Amino acid sequence: MKKSVLAVLALLFAVAPLQAQDVPHSIAGLRGEATLGGDTMPPPIARTEDSASRRVRNYPEQPPTIPHEIDGYQVTRNANKCLSCHARARTQESGAPMVSITHFMDRDGQFLAAISPRRYFCNQCHVTQQRIDPAVANGFVDIDSLLAAERDKE
Amino acid sequence: MRALISLVLGFWRTLSRPAVHLSFGFLTLGGFLAGVVFWGGFNTALEATNTETFCVSCHEMRDNVFAELKTTVHFSNASGVRASCPDCHVPHEWTHKIARKMQASKEVWGTLFGTINTRDKFVAERLRLAKHEWHRLKSNDSLECRNCHSAESMDFTQQGPRAAEAHQGFLVSGEKTCIDCHKGIAHQLPDMAGVEGW
Ligand code: HEC
Ligand code: HEC
Ligand code: HEC
Ligand code: HEC
Ligand code: HEC
Repeated sequence: MKKSVLAVLALLFAVAPLQAQDVPHSIAGLRGEATLGGDTMPPPIARTEDSASRRVRNYPEQPPTIPHEIDGYQVTRNANKCLSCHARARTQESGAPMVSITHFMDRDGQFLAAISPRRYFCNQCHVTQQRIDPAVANGFVDIDSLLAAERDKE
Repeated sequence: MRALISLVLGFWRTLSRPAVHLSFGFLTLGGFLAGVVFWGGFNTALEATNTETFCVSCHEMRDNVFAELKTTVHFSNASGVRASCPDCHVPHEWTHKIARKMQASKEVWGTLFGTINTRDKFVAERLRLAKHEWHRLKSNDSLECRNCHSAESMDFTQQGPRAAEAHQGFLVSGEKTCIDCHKGIAHQLPDMAGVEGW
């Protein structure tokens, strides 16, 4: 038993350096071509989109992405900047869409008088967008396109 | 009591008697110079207390509001223009400045007695302190903001759509002032429950 463990260990030590040489730097990941210890030049930080148009959702349950900048917006125990525009009573002045009725529901489906605690921290689900080249391509196809493709086949 | 009155009266008589040994010229010039020195000293003291370094020499300010300011656009931004504490908190106009400074002498007592000498105490007092500032800025039409920003110089086409709409609709018409919509731009907010617009 002891001998075989030793043999395996010895084999490992013998193979490990070989492996490191065999695979030079062909597995450069998202951080680009650089040795493990080296630094890469990160791409410049892209600007957050700040537009007037709401984006199409990919499926009905998707939390819509935020079409505007949110720099410096405080969402803390004390204050929720998002709700100062998106709360029911604030929408006339701000022109923002009201948070939907699901945001008032607790997990048993009961409607509360105010925003449900589980929906308080908006950025858990809603995010801003930047125009950049995605590092990983996205092949998502929405349901309408799928159905259309089905119909075309028939 | 009577002795006190006669003492005061005697003192006044000495003061009101014309000078016998000093020339008129000396008195005028001397008075003038003394005035310059006092006035200068007063204003120098005023200036010295009107810097950010002075504000953050109190740990109450350094550890709370200053630390928070550092994360905001008024500390670091594309234009490289910095807003310091007095820019937003001390009026430029002399009478207003003196009024604010007299108020501030009260704050020195606060420091001595440790009214807000821990984070917890500070946070507990924050709503009251913030309300003072909101009230001040509301009643002077956000004068301190306007020392740097002016509605007239805003190019709405360069602003984000929400900013342009809000400024054109409510700011230009005079319906609202900066602080109505821009609370919490420099520090963390107190509990906003019940504050108008939140
Ligand atoms: C100054 C007011 C204001 C604040 C503050 C604000 N929003 Fe908005 N938001 C708007 C407006 C106005 C729109 C609609 C844009 C349009 O329809 O052109 C919008 C749109 C959105 C949308 C898109 C809704 C949809 O159906 O596509 C989301 C999501 C959103 N905001 C989330 C947030 C979050 C999260 C925060 C806080 C981090 C926030 N907003 C803070 C005004 C605001
Ligand atoms: C747990 C995830 C979650 C959180 C947290 C959350 N939302 Fe949403 N939000 C959603 C989803 C999912 C939708 C789309 C479906 C729906 O309406 O429920 C949505 C829809 C919206 C819409 C569009 C409503 C409409 O009718 O067009 C707005 C605006 C919005 N959210 C704002 C907010 C704000 C502001 C907050 C913070 C107070 C917040 N949301 C917190 C998940 C979330
Ligand atoms: C010392 C000058 C100065 C004073 C005083 C000042 N600001 Fe600013 N403010 C600036 C500068 C500089 C910027 C950053 C401009 C840029 O983006 O380059 C700025 C940015 C802003 C922004 C934009 C924030 C963002 O995220 O883009 C708002 C809102 C604002 N100020 C409101 C106020 C209000 C309200 C007051 C009064 C309480 C005030 N400012 C007082 C100089 C000042
Ligand atoms: C009716 C509400 C309202 C008033 C009054 C108001 N603002 Fe704004 N302001 C907004 C909104 C909404 C935005 C965009 C969202 C944000 O940055 O929070 C904005 C954005 C800004 C910006 C950033 C602009 C950009 O697009 O980069 C500055 C700077 C600014 N305001 C300064 C001021 C100053 C200074 C005053 C007073 C002279 C003022 N605002 C008065 C609502 C208001
Ligand atoms: C850009 C303007 C601006 C600058 C710069 C600024 N403040 Fe303020 N300060 C405010 C406003 C506006 C309030 C009112 C509360 C709020 O809206 O956050 C406030 C509130 C306060 C309060 C009351 C407590 C609170 O947090 O509400 C204190 C104390 C204070 N500021 C100290 C300072 C000190 C010290 C500095 C410098 C390190 C400083 N401020 C820099 C705008 C500013």
